[in-house]
Amino acid sequence: MRLLTFRGGAHPPDNKHWTSEKPIEDLWPMGDFVYPMGQHIGAPCKPVVEKGDRVLVGQKIGEPQGPVSAAVYSSVSGTVKNIAELPTPPGMDVMSVVIENDGLYEEAGPLMSRSFEDLAPDELRAIIKDAGIVGMGGACFPAHIKLTPPADRPIDHVIINGAECEPYLTSDYRMMLEEPDKIAEGARILLQIFPQAHLHMAIEDNKPEAIRKMTEAFKGIDRASVDVLKTKYPQGGEKQLIFAVAGREVPSGKLPADAGCVVTNTYTVYEIRNAVVTGRTSLSRIVTVSGDAVATPKNLRVRLGTSFREVIEAAGGFVTPPIKVLAGGPMMGMSINSLDVPVVKGTSGIIALSEKAAPLNEEYSCIRCGRCVEACPMGLLPFKLNALSLKSDYTGFKNNGGMNCIECGSCSFMCPSKRHLVQSCREAKRSVIAAMKRKG
Amino acid sequence: MTEKKLVVASSPHFRAHATVQTIMGDVLIALAPALAAALYFFGFKAFTVIAVCVLASVISEAAWQKLMGHPQTIKDLSAVVTGLLLAFNLPPTVPLWLAAFGSIFAIIVVKHFFGGIGQNIVNPALAARAMLLASWPVAMTTWAVDGMTTATPLALLKEGAVAILPTFSDVFIGHVGGCLGETSALALLLGGAYLLWRKVISWHIPVIYISTVFVLTALLGREGWMTGNPLYEIFLGGLMVGAFFMATDYTTSPMTKKGQVIFASGCGILTTLIRLYGGYAEGVSYSILIMNLFVPLIDKVTVPRIFGEVR
Repeated sequence: MRLLTFRGGAHPPDNKHWTSEKPIEDLWPMGDFVYPMGQHIGAPCKPVVEKGDRVLVGQKIGEPQGPVSAAVYSSVSGTVKNIAELPTPPGMDVMSVVIENDGLYEEAGPLMSRSFEDLAPDELRAIIKDAGIVGMGGACFPAHIKLTPPADRPIDHVIINGAECEPYLTSDYRMMLEEPDKIAEGARILLQIFPQAHLHMAIEDNKPEAIRKMTEAFKGIDRASVDVLKTKYPQGGEKQLIFAVAGREVPSGKLPADAGCVVTNTYTVYEIRNAVVTGRTSLSRIVTVSGDAVATPKNLRVRLGTSFREVIEAAGGFVTPPIKVLAGGPMMGMSINSLDVPVVKGTSGIIALSEKAAPLNEEYSCIRCGRCVEACPMGLLPFKLNALSLKSDYTGFKNNGGMNCIECGSCSFMCPSKRHLVQSCREAKRSVIAAMKRKG
Repeated sequence: MTEKKLVVASSPHFRAHATVQTIMGDVLIALAPALAAALYFFGFKAFTVIAVCVLASVISEAAWQKLMGHPQTIKDLSAVVTGLLLAFNLPPTVPLWLAAFGSIFAIIVVKHFFGGIGQNIVNPALAARAMLLASWPVAMTTWAVDGMTTATPLALLKEGAVAILPTFSDVFIGHVGGCLGETSALALLLGGAYLLWRKVISWHIPVIYISTVFVLTALLGREGWMTGNPLYEIFLGGLMVGAFFMATDYTTSPMTKKGQVIFASGCGILTTLIRLYGGYAEGVSYSILIMNLFVPLIDKVTVPRIFGEVR
């Protein structure tokens, strides 16, 4: 069979063997929980608890502000200890609610058992919105917005992203093995929201077991299929995935809905299912803790707000001093400067790497080998964008399509001169956006 | 264990293994069979020419960077490659001072005057060869095999001296007059295969270049339409070394595969035209040099289509 794919990309070593056979374990943290009010694109939430309040698991502590915002719920029972600006994984200080854990994990109320077959699309969207679910792939776009495309954009493809193309990460893989039926139920909910659409469960061909389990779970669902993708980075990139599965290109500067597509992450679908069927709000996520600096790499179900330090301790701590600790995978994740930051909705993994695994390379002159051009999944000329960015020629950067960069890092990965290609693109993009905002 | 010295840097946090140095190292490994063939066919004289070229290239690069206060880059091995390639493009009887002079010209004038690695607009080894050939034509075209002065098969073909042409197997193995590293097509093909296997080069440039020459020499022929012996022609002269090692030079060839196809076809057409109709028996060096100058234009017209953008 011809495998679905896109043009360009790279083949970084996947390093998934460290955790792919490790069943998901529940983590019961003992320390304080920190809930940043901004865990999504859009306006941060407003805290709705006060210092000294007692809160319970599932209680709302952050009220969404504005249309592109998602509620924050407590994932622990205890007392509000502080409300202050505290550091988050990206290194910024964000208004956060700190809850002192009483170790009881007392629930705010019992979970329900609701059948979704009779619910209208808008009722389903309202439930999902209320649950505070965001895209768990890392971009953190509120799920209800994704599921509410403009009326003039008919959706005929709903894609569940099970590609998990980032090296090291195995959380979606484990979910597909351990909870295929619940993911399938989530898929049925998505199909109920989009009655005209066909649903694709897209999985890379290096995960045959997940393909088998999901195919089994999807039996009997009309309008749904498991689509096998070629293993290639960034296969899980939204635009690449849409091209591979639906054969459509998202127009430059537009959204998936403009190509008739909606893309959601695997764990997001699981959370949607929980919200609709059981009333469970967004409280936890699966985090792959891995890397050569970690003693016992594993997959953990981590309650949001748990500190990175506790998560790493749960994986046996460090066996060798890490030079980098990443929130996310090695291709697109962020390196953090302190372990005292909380797991947030967008924390797709915690990877600790020694200097041997993540050497800090010296930068050499471009030799025009063209590997970055070959690798760019967006058809850009990274070497040229790099040169323009270094010259602060932002007009040239824009004219050469720089704003289309999806920051996947394939160019930097391939570059034999170890140039900071994607980094300079990212900086130029920010400067262009800032200039556009200044102009209004 | 503490995490006191966590480094914060931009993603991606790990990189492919290939570096400029490993790529140049691979090119040197790929040149090894041709080097062995040169030593075997031309003996100690070949060794001295090669040693002089490599040393002169490396020393002139180091000296220039020292003089200019630029960072030293000789450890990237690109100067070694240039020296070796220039040596391969010289006749075994070349005076050693000429070899040294060519190397210094290649590194300083062709490479560093334009900004060093990645910045030069033509191939340094080929430009140096062209300069030497224009300035010292006799020294540059005196060939010897087994101690006897001889003409290259291409020159024989040009003169129509078909009766004394070497056999196909001598041409393929390399037991003929010619430059040090170009005579053994077999050794060069082995090296080329290694570069392809290591993904240092892709098939586009060598295959398109050689097949263009193959098809055109077959069609145009030395005696008129369809009289060519293309299989014989492609193993002659500098075509193999040019197609696998010179035309594929990253800096002076187009970035995209589409551009490389155009570039290689141009090299093939020019080589055939010069060989068949020009005043000079060999056409590879000049073809590649001329096409080097077209690279900025080719790159401009073969910009890839941006994903999601309608042209």
